[in-house]
Amino acid sequence: MERYYQKEIECAPRETIKAIQDEKLVKQVRHVWDNVPYYRKKMEEKGLTPDDIKSSDDLYKLPFLSKADLRESYPYGLVGVPLKDCVRIHSTSGTTGKRVVAFYTQHDIDLWEECCARAITAAGGTNEDVVQISYGYGLFTGGPGLNGGSHKVGSLTIPTSSGNTDRQIMFIMDLNATILCCTPSYAAYLGERMKEMGYGPEDIPLKAGIFGAEAWSEEMRRDIEKTLGIKAYDIYGLTELSGPGVAFECSAQNGMHINEDHFIAEIIDPNTLEVLPEGSQGELVFTSLDKEAYPLLRYRTRDICTLTREPCSCGRTHVRMSKPKGRSDDMLIIRGVNVFPSQIETVLLNEGYAANYQIIVDRVNNTDTFEVQVEMTNEMFTDNVGEVSAKQKALVDALKSMLGIRAKVTLVAPKTITRSEGKAVRVIDRRKI
Amino acid sequence: MSIKQISVFLENKPGRLQKMTSVLAANEVNMRALSLAETKDFGIARIIVDDVLHAVNVLKDADFIAHLTSVLAVEIPNKPGGLDQMLQIFSEANVNIEYMYAFLAPKDLNSAYMIFRTSDTKASEAKLTGKGLKTLSQEEIANI
Repeated sequence: MERYYQKEIECAPRETIKAIQDEKLVKQVRHVWDNVPYYRKKMEEKGLTPDDIKSSDDLYKLPFLSKADLRESYPYGLVGVPLKDCVRIHSTSGTTGKRVVAFYTQHDIDLWEECCARAITAAGGTNEDVVQISYGYGLFTGGPGLNGGSHKVGSLTIPTSSGNTDRQIMFIMDLNATILCCTPSYAAYLGERMKEMGYGPEDIPLKAGIFGAEAWSEEMRRDIEKTLGIKAYDIYGLTELSGPGVAFECSAQNGMHINEDHFIAEIIDPNTLEVLPEGSQGELVFTSLDKEAYPLLRYRTRDICTLTREPCSCGRTHVRMSKPKGRSDDMLIIRGVNVFPSQIETVLLNEGYAANYQIIVDRVNNTDTFEVQVEMTNEMFTDNVGEVSAKQKALVDALKSMLGIRAKVTLVAPKTITRSEGKAVRVIDRRKI
Repeated sequence: MSIKQISVFLENKPGRLQKMTSVLAANEVNMRALSLAETKDFGIARIIVDDVLHAVNVLKDADFIAHLTSVLAVEIPNKPGGLDQMLQIFSEANVNIEYMYAFLAPKDLNSAYMIFRTSDTKASEAKLTGKGLKTLSQEEIANI
Protein backbone atom coordinates (compact mmCIF):
# COMPACT_ATOMS: atom_id res chain seq x y z
CA MET A 1 0.00 0.00 0.00
CA GLU A 2 1.37 3.39 -1.00
CA ARG A 3 2.00 5.72 1.92
CA TYR A 4 1.88 9.52 1.73
CA TYR A 5 3.09 12.13 4.17
CA GLN A 6 0.72 14.84 2.87
CA LYS A 7 -1.67 12.95 0.65
CA GLU A 8 -3.95 15.84 -0.14
CA ILE A 9 -1.26 17.94 -1.75
CA GLU A 10 0.87 15.07 -3.08
CA CYS A 11 -2.13 13.66 -4.98
CA ALA A 12 -3.89 16.97 -5.73
CA PRO A 13 -5.52 17.39 -9.16
CA ARG A 14 -3.29 19.16 -11.68
CA GLU A 15 -5.57 22.23 -11.69
CA THR A 16 -5.11 22.59 -7.94
CA ILE A 17 -1.33 22.38 -8.28
CA LYS A 18 -1.42 25.01 -11.03
CA ALA A 19 -3.59 27.29 -8.89
CA ILE A 20 -1.19 26.94 -5.95
CA GLN A 21 1.79 27.71 -8.17
CA ASP A 22 0.09 30.71 -9.74
CA GLU A 23 -0.73 32.25 -6.40
CA LYS A 24 2.61 31.52 -4.77
CA LEU A 25 4.64 32.72 -7.77
CA VAL A 26 2.95 36.14 -7.84
CA LYS A 27 3.64 36.50 -4.12
CA GLN A 28 7.21 35.25 -4.39
CA VAL A 29 8.10 37.62 -7.26
CA ARG A 30 6.79 40.50 -5.16
CA HIS A 31 8.87 39.30 -2.18
CA VAL A 32 12.03 39.12 -4.31
CA TRP A 33 11.35 42.51 -5.95
CA ASP A 34 10.93 44.14 -2.57
CA ASN A 35 13.84 42.44 -0.78
CA VAL A 36 16.50 41.29 -3.24
CA PRO A 37 17.95 44.31 -5.08
CA TYR A 38 20.27 42.03 -7.08
CA TYR A 39 17.33 40.29 -8.75
CA ARG A 40 15.20 43.42 -8.95
CA LYS A 41 17.93 44.98 -11.05
CA LYS A 42 17.87 41.96 -13.38
CA MET A 43 14.09 42.38 -13.74
CA GLU A 44 14.43 46.09 -14.38
CA GLU A 45 17.01 45.41 -17.08
CA LYS A 46 14.34 43.34 -18.84
CA GLY A 47 11.76 46.06 -18.29
CA LEU A 48 9.76 43.90 -15.89
CA THR A 49 7.85 44.77 -12.74
CA PRO A 50 5.99 42.34 -10.46
CA ASP A 51 2.79 43.38 -12.23
CA ASP A 52 3.99 41.56 -15.34
CA ILE A 53 3.82 38.23 -13.50
CA LYS A 54 0.15 37.36 -13.11
CA SER A 55 0.46 33.57 -13.04
CA SER A 56 2.93 30.76 -13.68
CA ASP A 57 2.20 31.26 -17.39
CA ASP A 58 4.33 34.42 -17.13
CA LEU A 59 7.29 32.61 -15.57
CA TYR A 60 9.17 32.51 -18.89
CA LYS A 61 9.51 36.32 -18.78
CA LEU A 62 11.69 36.29 -15.67
CA PRO A 63 15.50 36.44 -15.85
CA PHE A 64 17.57 33.38 -15.01
CA LEU A 65 19.94 32.96 -12.11
CA SER A 66 23.11 30.92 -12.50
CA LYS A 67 25.92 29.82 -10.26
CA ALA A 68 27.86 32.86 -11.49
CA ASP A 69 25.13 35.10 -9.99
CA LEU A 70 25.44 33.25 -6.70
CA ARG A 71 29.18 33.83 -6.70
CA GLU A 72 28.81 37.47 -7.66
CA SER A 73 26.31 38.14 -4.90
CA TYR A 74 28.23 36.16 -2.26
CA PRO A 75 27.51 36.06 0.60
CA TYR A 76 24.37 38.13 1.28
CA GLY A 77 23.32 39.49 -2.15
CA LEU A 78 20.44 37.06 -2.69
CA VAL A 79 19.18 36.91 0.88
CA GLY A 80 15.53 37.98 1.04
CA VAL A 81 15.03 38.57 4.78
CA PRO A 82 16.92 40.35 7.56
CA LEU A 83 19.67 38.14 9.00
CA LYS A 84 17.92 38.19 12.38
CA ASP A 85 15.19 36.07 10.77
CA CYS A 86 17.68 33.52 9.40
CA VAL A 87 18.46 30.53 11.59
CA ARG A 88 20.94 28.48 9.57
CA ILE A 89 23.14 28.27 6.51
CA HIS A 90 24.29 25.35 4.41
CA SER A 91 27.05 25.51 1.89
CA THR A 92 28.30 23.72 -1.17
CA SER A 93 31.34 24.25 -3.35
CA GLY A 94 31.16 26.93 -6.02
CA THR A 95 32.85 27.00 -9.38
CA THR A 96 36.06 28.53 -8.06
CA GLY A 97 37.29 29.39 -4.61
CA LYS A 98 34.04 30.95 -3.43
CA ARG A 99 31.45 28.64 -1.94
CA VAL A 100 27.69 28.84 -2.36
CA VAL A 101 26.11 29.80 0.95
CA ALA A 102 22.35 29.30 1.22
CA PHE A 103 20.32 30.83 4.06
CA TYR A 104 17.25 29.43 5.84
CA THR A 105 14.53 30.82 8.06
CA GLN A 106 12.78 28.42 10.43
CA HIS A 107 9.88 28.35 7.95
CA ASP A 108 12.32 27.34 5.15
CA ILE A 109 13.71 24.53 7.27
CA ASP A 110 10.23 23.27 8.19
CA LEU A 111 9.17 23.06 4.55
CA TRP A 112 12.45 21.43 3.54
CA GLU A 113 12.07 18.83 6.27
CA GLU A 114 8.50 18.19 5.11
CA CYS A 115 9.81 17.48 1.63
CA CYS A 116 12.28 14.98 3.14
CA ALA A 117 9.44 13.48 5.20
CA ARG A 118 7.49 12.92 1.96
CA ALA A 119 10.52 11.09 0.53
CA ILE A 120 10.93 8.89 3.62
CA THR A 121 7.20 8.09 3.66
CA ALA A 122 7.23 7.28 -0.06
CA ALA A 123 10.02 4.79 0.73
CA GLY A 124 7.64 3.14 3.22
CA GLY A 125 8.82 4.95 6.36
CA THR A 126 6.52 5.35 9.40
CA ASN A 127 6.97 6.19 13.06
CA GLU A 128 7.76 2.51 13.63
CA ASP A 129 10.87 2.68 11.48
CA VAL A 130 14.48 3.15 12.50
CA VAL A 131 16.16 5.51 10.04
CA GLN A 132 19.94 5.52 9.88
CA ILE A 133 21.36 8.64 8.28
CA SER A 134 24.83 8.04 6.91
CA TYR A 135 24.98 11.21 4.87
CA GLY A 136 27.45 13.76 6.15
CA TYR A 137 26.19 16.30 8.68
CA GLY A 138 27.46 19.86 8.77
CA LEU A 139 27.61 22.29 5.87
CA PHE A 140 26.41 19.50 3.57
CA THR A 141 22.60 19.35 3.38
CA GLY A 142 22.28 15.56 3.13
CA GLY A 143 22.47 14.65 6.82
CA PRO A 144 20.52 17.57 8.33
CA GLY A 145 17.75 17.42 5.68
CA LEU A 146 16.92 13.76 6.07
CA ASN A 147 17.44 14.00 9.82
CA GLY A 148 14.69 16.61 9.96
CA GLY A 149 12.46 14.60 7.63
CA SER A 150 12.87 11.51 9.76
CA HIS A 151 11.88 13.49 12.87
CA LYS A 152 8.77 14.77 11.10
CA VAL A 153 7.77 11.20 10.20
CA GLY A 154 8.41 10.26 13.81
CA SER A 155 10.95 7.56 13.01
CA LEU A 156 13.70 6.70 15.45
CA THR A 157 16.65 8.50 13.90
CA ILE A 158 20.27 7.30 14.09
CA PRO A 159 22.47 10.23 13.06
CA THR A 160 25.64 8.25 12.32
CA SER A 161 26.81 10.75 9.66
CA SER A 162 29.31 9.47 7.10
CA GLY A 163 32.35 7.27 7.66
CA ASN A 164 33.40 4.66 10.23
CA THR A 165 31.91 1.73 8.36
CA ASP A 166 32.22 -0.79 11.21
CA ARG A 167 30.20 1.49 13.48
CA GLN A 168 27.60 2.01 10.72
CA ILE A 169 27.17 -1.76 10.42
CA MET A 170 27.04 -2.19 14.18
CA PHE A 171 24.13 0.27 14.46
CA ILE A 172 22.26 -1.26 11.51
CA MET A 173 22.50 -4.72 13.07
CA ASP A 174 22.18 -3.90 16.79
CA LEU A 175 19.40 -1.29 16.53
CA ASN A 176 17.59 -2.98 13.63
CA ALA A 177 17.74 -0.01 11.27
CA THR A 178 15.06 -0.38 8.60
CA ILE A 179 15.79 2.60 6.34
CA LEU A 180 19.26 3.72 5.29
CA CYS A 181 19.99 7.20 3.88
CA CYS A 182 23.37 7.82 2.21
CA THR A 183 25.03 8.16 -1.18
CA PRO A 184 24.49 5.17 -3.47
CA SER A 185 28.23 4.48 -3.63
CA TYR A 186 28.41 4.32 0.16
CA ALA A 187 25.36 2.02 0.24
CA ALA A 188 27.13 -0.28 -2.22
CA TYR A 189 30.27 -0.18 -0.10
CA LEU A 190 28.35 -0.96 3.09
CA GLY A 191 26.68 -3.85 1.26
CA GLU A 192 30.01 -5.31 0.24
CA ARG A 193 31.43 -4.99 3.70
CA MET A 194 28.40 -6.67 5.25
CA LYS A 195 28.63 -9.47 2.72
CA GLU A 196 32.30 -9.97 3.65
CA MET A 197 31.27 -10.12 7.30
CA GLY A 198 28.89 -12.94 6.44
CA TYR A 199 25.57 -11.04 6.52
CA GLY A 200 23.19 -12.10 3.76
CA PRO A 201 20.20 -9.97 2.70
CA GLU A 202 17.95 -12.05 4.97
CA ASP A 203 20.12 -11.20 8.02
CA ILE A 204 20.07 -7.44 7.39
CA PRO A 205 17.11 -5.64 9.01
CA LEU A 206 17.03 -2.86 6.37
CA LYS A 207 13.98 -2.76 4.09
CA ALA A 208 14.57 0.45 2.14
CA GLY A 209 17.27 2.95 1.25
CA ILE A 210 17.10 6.58 0.12
CA PHE A 211 20.16 7.29 -1.94
CA GLY A 212 21.13 10.49 -3.70
CA ALA A 213 23.66 13.32 -4.13
CA GLU A 214 25.39 11.53 -7.01
CA ALA A 215 24.59 9.76 -10.25
CA TRP A 216 23.86 6.05 -10.17
CA SER A 217 22.60 3.53 -12.67
CA GLU A 218 19.71 1.05 -12.68
CA GLU A 219 22.31 -1.69 -12.59
CA MET A 220 23.82 -0.25 -9.44
CA ARG A 221 20.34 -0.01 -7.95
CA ARG A 222 19.73 -3.70 -8.58
CA ASP A 223 23.13 -4.60 -7.06
CA ILE A 224 22.43 -2.61 -3.89
CA GLU A 225 18.89 -3.98 -3.62
CA LYS A 226 20.17 -7.55 -3.91
CA THR A 227 23.10 -7.22 -1.51
CA LEU A 228 21.20 -5.41 1.24
CA GLY A 229 17.80 -7.03 0.60
CA ILE A 230 16.07 -3.64 0.27
CA LYS A 231 14.19 -1.42 -2.13
CA ALA A 232 16.43 1.48 -3.17
CA TYR A 233 14.90 4.92 -3.83
CA ASP A 234 16.47 7.89 -5.56
CA ILE A 235 16.28 11.40 -4.14
CA TYR A 236 17.25 14.74 -5.71
CA GLY A 237 18.00 18.18 -4.45
CA LEU A 238 20.50 20.96 -4.29
CA THR A 239 21.68 23.28 -1.57
CA GLU A 240 20.71 26.35 -3.59
CA LEU A 241 17.04 25.29 -3.34
CA SER A 242 17.09 23.70 0.14
CA GLY A 243 18.82 20.32 -0.11
CA PRO A 244 17.65 16.75 -0.66
CA GLY A 245 13.92 16.30 -1.15
CA VAL A 246 13.32 18.75 -4.01
CA ALA A 247 12.27 15.55 -5.81
CA PHE A 248 12.01 11.94 -4.65
CA GLU A 249 11.13 8.52 -5.95
CA CYS A 250 7.95 6.60 -5.11
CA SER A 251 7.20 2.87 -5.20
CA ALA A 252 7.02 3.00 -9.00
CA GLN A 253 10.78 3.78 -9.07
CA ASN A 254 10.20 5.46 -12.40
CA GLY A 255 11.30 9.07 -12.10
CA MET A 256 11.34 11.44 -9.12
CA HIS A 257 8.29 13.49 -8.16
CA ILE A 258 9.18 17.15 -7.84
CA ASN A 259 7.45 18.84 -4.89
CA GLU A 260 5.50 21.19 -7.12
CA ASP A 261 3.73 22.99 -4.34
CA HIS A 262 7.18 24.40 -3.42
CA PHE A 263 9.05 24.44 -6.72
CA ILE A 264 8.22 25.09 -10.37
CA ALA A 265 10.38 23.06 -12.73
CA GLU A 266 11.12 24.00 -16.33
CA ILE A 267 13.29 22.40 -19.00
CA ILE A 268 15.23 24.81 -21.20
CA ASP A 269 17.62 24.57 -24.08
CA PRO A 270 20.95 25.49 -22.40
CA ASN A 271 22.12 27.28 -25.54
CA THR A 272 19.09 29.28 -26.66
CA LEU A 273 17.53 29.44 -23.14
CA GLU A 274 14.11 28.68 -24.74
CA VAL A 275 11.65 26.75 -22.59
CA LEU A 276 11.17 23.30 -24.11
CA PRO A 277 7.90 21.33 -24.25
CA GLU A 278 7.21 18.51 -21.81
CA GLY A 279 9.18 15.37 -22.58
CA SER A 280 12.13 17.20 -24.18
CA GLN A 281 15.58 16.68 -22.82
CA GLY A 282 17.24 19.85 -21.60
CA GLU A 283 18.53 21.78 -18.61
CA LEU A 284 16.44 21.72 -15.46
CA VAL A 285 15.51 25.15 -14.06
CA PHE A 286 13.84 25.67 -10.68
CA THR A 287 11.85 28.47 -9.16
CA SER A 288 11.40 28.20 -5.42
CA LEU A 289 7.93 29.32 -4.39
CA ASP A 290 8.19 29.30 -0.62
CA LYS A 291 11.76 30.04 0.31
CA GLU A 292 11.95 33.22 2.37
CA ALA A 293 15.66 33.54 3.09
CA TYR A 294 17.11 32.39 -0.23
CA PRO A 295 14.31 32.83 -2.77
CA LEU A 296 15.85 31.82 -6.09
CA LEU A 297 13.78 32.41 -9.23
CA ARG A 298 14.57 30.45 -12.41
CA TYR A 299 17.78 28.97 -11.08
CA ARG A 300 19.71 27.01 -13.70
CA THR A 301 20.74 23.67 -12.18
CA ARG A 302 22.91 22.66 -15.16
CA ASP A 303 21.48 19.15 -14.76
CA ILE A 304 20.20 17.67 -18.01
CA CYS A 305 16.99 15.64 -17.71
CA THR A 306 13.40 15.27 -18.90
CA LEU A 307 10.05 15.96 -17.19
CA THR A 308 6.78 14.07 -17.44
CA ARG A 309 3.31 14.75 -16.04
CA GLU A 310 1.95 11.37 -17.10
CA PRO A 311 -0.07 9.77 -14.30
CA CYS A 312 2.06 7.69 -11.94
CA SER A 313 0.97 4.34 -10.53
CA CYS A 314 1.67 5.58 -7.00
CA GLY A 315 -1.19 8.07 -7.17
CA ARG A 316 0.98 11.18 -6.86
CA THR A 317 0.22 13.86 -9.41
CA HIS A 318 3.40 15.93 -9.14
CA VAL A 319 5.61 16.10 -12.20
CA ARG A 320 8.39 13.50 -12.42
CA MET A 321 11.97 14.21 -13.47
CA SER A 322 14.27 11.57 -14.92
CA LYS A 323 17.61 10.87 -13.32
CA PRO A 324 19.96 13.64 -14.50
CA LYS A 325 21.67 12.36 -17.63
CA GLY A 326 24.56 14.79 -17.54
CA ARG A 327 25.51 18.41 -17.04
CA SER A 328 25.42 21.45 -19.27
CA ASP A 329 28.60 22.70 -17.59
CA ASP A 330 31.83 20.97 -16.63
CA MET A 331 30.88 20.14 -13.04
CA LEU A 332 31.69 16.62 -11.92
CA ILE A 333 30.02 14.88 -9.02
CA ILE A 334 32.60 12.67 -7.34
CA ARG A 335 31.61 10.66 -4.29
CA GLY A 336 28.65 13.00 -3.90
CA VAL A 337 30.80 16.12 -3.93
CA ASN A 338 30.62 18.82 -6.61
CA VAL A 339 33.97 19.31 -8.31
CA PHE A 340 34.72 21.92 -10.95
CA PRO A 341 37.92 21.71 -13.00
CA SER A 342 38.40 25.43 -12.36
CA GLN A 343 38.76 24.72 -8.62
CA ILE A 344 41.58 22.29 -9.32
CA GLU A 345 43.21 24.84 -11.58
CA THR A 346 43.07 27.45 -8.81
CA VAL A 347 44.81 25.08 -6.38
CA LEU A 348 47.50 24.11 -8.87
CA LEU A 349 48.38 27.72 -9.57
CA ASN A 350 48.40 28.51 -5.84
CA GLU A 351 50.80 25.64 -5.23
CA GLY A 352 53.18 26.79 -7.96
CA TYR A 353 52.30 24.33 -10.72
CA ALA A 354 51.25 25.24 -14.24
CA ALA A 355 47.64 24.59 -15.23
CA ASN A 356 48.59 21.48 -17.18
CA TYR A 357 46.49 18.80 -15.59
CA GLN A 358 43.96 16.10 -16.21
CA ILE A 359 41.23 14.77 -13.98
CA ILE A 360 40.56 11.05 -14.27
CA VAL A 361 37.40 9.73 -12.68
CA ASP A 362 36.38 6.10 -12.69
CA ARG A 363 34.13 3.84 -10.69
CA VAL A 364 35.72 0.76 -9.19
CA ASN A 365 33.55 -1.58 -7.09
CA ASN A 366 30.79 1.05 -7.10
CA THR A 367 33.09 3.69 -5.58
CA ASP A 368 34.38 6.70 -7.45
CA THR A 369 38.11 6.96 -7.93
CA PHE A 370 39.54 10.44 -8.43
CA GLU A 371 42.99 11.12 -9.80
CA VAL A 372 44.58 14.43 -10.73
CA GLN A 373 47.55 14.14 -13.05
CA VAL A 374 49.78 17.20 -13.04
CA GLU A 375 52.64 17.91 -15.37
CA MET A 376 55.91 18.46 -13.56
CA THR A 377 57.51 21.82 -14.21
CA ASN A 378 61.09 22.96 -14.19
CA GLU A 379 60.30 25.26 -11.25
CA MET A 380 58.73 22.54 -9.10
CA PHE A 381 61.37 19.91 -9.75
CA THR A 382 64.33 19.42 -7.43
CA ASP A 383 67.00 16.78 -7.24
CA ASN A 384 65.67 15.65 -3.85
CA VAL A 385 63.07 12.86 -3.84
CA GLY A 386 61.85 13.81 -0.36
CA GLU A 387 61.23 17.41 -1.40
CA VAL A 388 59.31 16.45 -4.51
CA SER A 389 57.24 13.96 -2.49
CA ALA A 390 56.52 16.64 0.11
CA LYS A 391 55.29 19.00 -2.62
CA GLN A 392 53.12 16.22 -3.98
CA LYS A 393 51.62 15.68 -0.53
CA ALA A 394 51.09 19.44 -0.07
CA LEU A 395 49.11 19.43 -3.31
CA VAL A 396 46.95 16.53 -2.10
CA ASP A 397 46.23 18.46 1.10
CA ALA A 398 45.44 21.71 -0.73
CA LEU A 399 43.02 19.88 -3.06
CA LYS A 400 41.36 18.20 -0.09
CA SER A 401 40.94 21.53 1.60
CA MET A 402 39.41 23.12 -1.52
CA LEU A 403 37.21 20.22 -2.60
CA GLY A 404 36.48 18.34 0.59
CA ILE A 405 37.50 15.02 -0.93
CA ARG A 406 40.83 13.34 -1.40
CA ALA A 407 42.39 13.03 -4.83
CA LYS A 408 45.29 10.86 -5.83
CA VAL A 409 47.90 13.19 -7.29
CA THR A 410 50.24 11.83 -9.94
CA LEU A 411 53.14 13.92 -11.19
CA VAL A 412 53.68 13.27 -14.86
CA ALA A 413 56.30 14.32 -17.38
CA PRO A 414 55.81 17.57 -19.32
CA LYS A 415 53.65 17.45 -22.46
CA THR A 416 52.22 14.05 -21.60
CA ILE A 417 48.65 15.17 -20.82
CA THR A 418 46.41 14.13 -23.69
CA ARG A 419 45.80 17.02 -26.03
CA SER A 420 43.14 17.20 -28.65
CA GLU A 421 43.66 19.80 -31.37
CA GLY A 422 46.21 21.48 -29.16
CA LYS A 423 43.75 21.84 -26.28
CA ALA A 424 44.37 19.72 -23.21
CA VAL A 425 41.61 17.27 -22.36
CA ARG A 426 40.77 18.29 -18.80
CA VAL A 427 38.44 15.52 -17.74
CA ILE A 428 38.38 11.83 -18.48
CA ASP A 429 35.29 10.33 -16.90
CA ARG A 430 35.36 6.58 -17.33
CA ARG A 431 32.35 5.95 -15.10
CA LYS A 432 29.63 4.00 -16.84
CA ILE A 433 26.45 5.20 -15.21
CA MET B 1 86.34 20.58 -7.32
CA SER B 2 82.69 19.73 -7.71
CA ILE B 3 81.19 18.45 -10.94
CA LYS B 4 77.77 18.83 -12.51
CA GLN B 5 75.36 15.96 -12.38
CA ILE B 6 72.16 15.98 -14.45
CA SER B 7 68.99 15.12 -12.50
CA VAL B 8 66.08 14.09 -14.69
CA PHE B 9 62.41 13.75 -13.68
CA LEU B 10 60.95 10.44 -14.83
CA GLU B 11 57.54 8.90 -14.35
CA ASN B 12 57.77 5.48 -12.75
CA LYS B 13 56.29 3.69 -15.77
CA PRO B 14 57.60 1.14 -18.28
CA GLY B 15 59.68 2.70 -21.04
CA ARG B 16 60.31 6.10 -19.43
CA LEU B 17 63.98 5.52 -18.59
CA GLN B 18 64.54 4.06 -22.03
CA LYS B 19 63.01 7.19 -23.60
CA MET B 20 65.73 9.18 -21.84
CA THR B 21 68.55 6.82 -22.84
CA SER B 22 67.39 6.87 -26.46
CA VAL B 23 67.61 10.67 -26.51
CA LEU B 24 71.15 10.44 -25.11
CA ALA B 25 72.07 7.70 -27.57
CA ALA B 26 70.73 9.61 -30.57
CA ASN B 27 72.84 12.60 -29.53
CA GLU B 28 75.95 10.57 -28.79
CA VAL B 29 76.11 11.42 -25.13
CA ASN B 30 78.19 8.95 -23.17
CA MET B 31 77.26 8.31 -19.57
CA ARG B 32 79.92 7.83 -16.95
CA ALA B 33 77.59 6.95 -14.11
CA LEU B 34 73.86 6.54 -13.48
CA SER B 35 71.76 6.20 -10.39
CA LEU B 36 67.99 6.05 -9.91
CA ALA B 37 65.94 7.24 -6.95
CA GLU B 38 62.35 6.14 -7.09
CA THR B 39 58.98 6.55 -5.38
CA LYS B 40 55.78 4.72 -6.24
CA ASP B 41 54.91 6.97 -9.15
CA PHE B 42 57.94 9.03 -10.07
CA GLY B 43 61.68 8.81 -9.99
CA ILE B 44 64.82 10.86 -10.49
CA ALA B 45 67.57 9.67 -12.79
CA ARG B 46 70.97 11.10 -11.86
CA ILE B 47 73.59 10.92 -14.52
CA ILE B 48 77.20 11.92 -14.99
CA VAL B 49 78.08 12.45 -18.65
CA ASP B 50 81.01 13.45 -20.80
CA ASP B 51 79.44 16.64 -22.19
CA VAL B 52 77.09 18.17 -19.61
CA LEU B 53 75.74 21.20 -21.48
CA HIS B 54 75.10 19.27 -24.66
CA ALA B 55 73.29 16.54 -22.69
CA VAL B 56 71.08 19.02 -20.80
CA ASN B 57 70.15 20.78 -24.01
CA VAL B 58 69.15 17.65 -25.87
CA LEU B 59 67.12 16.42 -22.89
CA LYS B 60 65.28 19.73 -22.56
CA ASP B 61 64.63 19.79 -26.30
CA ALA B 62 62.97 16.39 -25.87
CA ASP B 63 60.70 17.87 -23.12
CA PHE B 64 62.50 16.31 -20.18
CA ILE B 65 62.88 18.22 -16.97
CA ALA B 66 66.61 18.24 -16.31
CA HIS B 67 68.43 20.14 -13.57
CA LEU B 68 72.13 20.53 -12.90
CA THR B 69 73.26 19.60 -9.41
CA SER B 70 76.72 20.01 -7.89
CA VAL B 71 78.17 16.74 -6.66
CA LEU B 72 81.64 15.52 -5.68
CA ALA B 73 83.39 12.79 -7.62
CA VAL B 74 86.01 11.23 -5.36
CA GLU B 75 88.72 8.81 -6.24
CA ILE B 76 89.18 6.16 -3.57
CA PRO B 77 91.52 3.19 -3.32
CA ASN B 78 89.99 0.12 -4.95
CA LYS B 79 90.59 -2.16 -1.98
CA PRO B 80 88.77 -3.34 1.18
CA GLY B 81 88.22 -0.43 3.54
CA GLY B 82 88.62 2.21 0.83
CA LEU B 83 85.10 3.58 1.18
CA ASP B 84 85.06 3.16 4.94
CA GLN B 85 88.14 5.28 5.30
CA MET B 86 86.57 8.03 3.30
CA LEU B 87 83.26 7.93 5.13
CA GLN B 88 85.12 8.33 8.41
CA ILE B 89 86.17 11.76 7.22
CA PHE B 90 82.52 12.74 6.71
CA SER B 91 81.48 11.23 10.03
CA GLU B 92 84.14 13.13 11.93
CA ALA B 93 83.25 16.36 10.16
CA ASN B 94 79.54 15.75 10.83
CA VAL B 95 78.71 16.03 7.13
CA ASN B 96 75.43 14.44 6.02
CA ILE B 97 75.35 12.49 2.79
CA GLU B 98 72.11 13.04 0.88
CA TYR B 99 72.91 10.29 -1.58
CA MET B 100 75.87 8.57 -3.17
CA TYR B 101 76.61 6.08 -5.90
CA ALA B 102 79.66 4.33 -7.25
CA PHE B 103 81.33 3.63 -10.51
CA LEU B 104 84.44 1.66 -11.24
CA ALA B 105 87.15 2.70 -13.63
CA PRO B 106 88.30 -0.49 -15.33
CA LYS B 107 91.32 1.17 -17.00
CA ASP B 108 92.85 1.81 -13.62
CA LEU B 109 91.98 -1.03 -11.33
CA ASN B 110 93.67 0.62 -8.40
CA SER B 111 90.97 3.26 -8.10
CA ALA B 112 87.20 3.44 -7.78
CA TYR B 113 85.09 6.57 -8.08
CA MET B 114 82.26 7.63 -5.83
CA ILE B 115 79.71 10.36 -6.50
CA PHE B 116 78.52 12.24 -3.42
CA ARG B 117 75.82 14.75 -2.78
CA THR B 118 76.30 16.21 0.69
CA SER B 119 74.69 18.91 2.76
CA ASP B 120 77.66 21.22 2.07
CA THR B 121 79.63 20.56 -1.09
CA LYS B 122 82.41 23.10 -0.47
CA ALA B 123 83.10 22.06 3.13
CA SER B 124 83.06 18.39 2.17
CA GLU B 125 85.55 18.98 -0.59
CA ALA B 126 87.90 20.82 1.77
CA LYS B 127 87.77 17.97 4.29
CA LEU B 128 88.54 15.39 1.61
CA THR B 129 91.46 17.21 0.05
CA GLY B 130 92.77 18.00 3.54
CA LYS B 131 93.03 14.25 4.07
CA GLY B 132 94.77 13.73 0.76
CA LEU B 133 91.80 12.40 -1.24
CA LYS B 134 91.35 13.51 -4.82
CA THR B 135 88.17 15.02 -6.18
CA LEU B 136 87.79 14.93 -9.92
CA SER B 137 87.12 17.87 -12.22
CA GLN B 138 84.60 17.92 -15.03
CA GLU B 139 87.39 17.48 -17.54
CA GLU B 140 88.88 14.51 -15.76
CA ILE B 141 85.45 12.85 -15.67
CA ALA B 142 85.06 13.41 -19.39
CA ASN B 143 88.41 11.78 -20.03
CA ILE B 144 87.95 8.68 -17.91
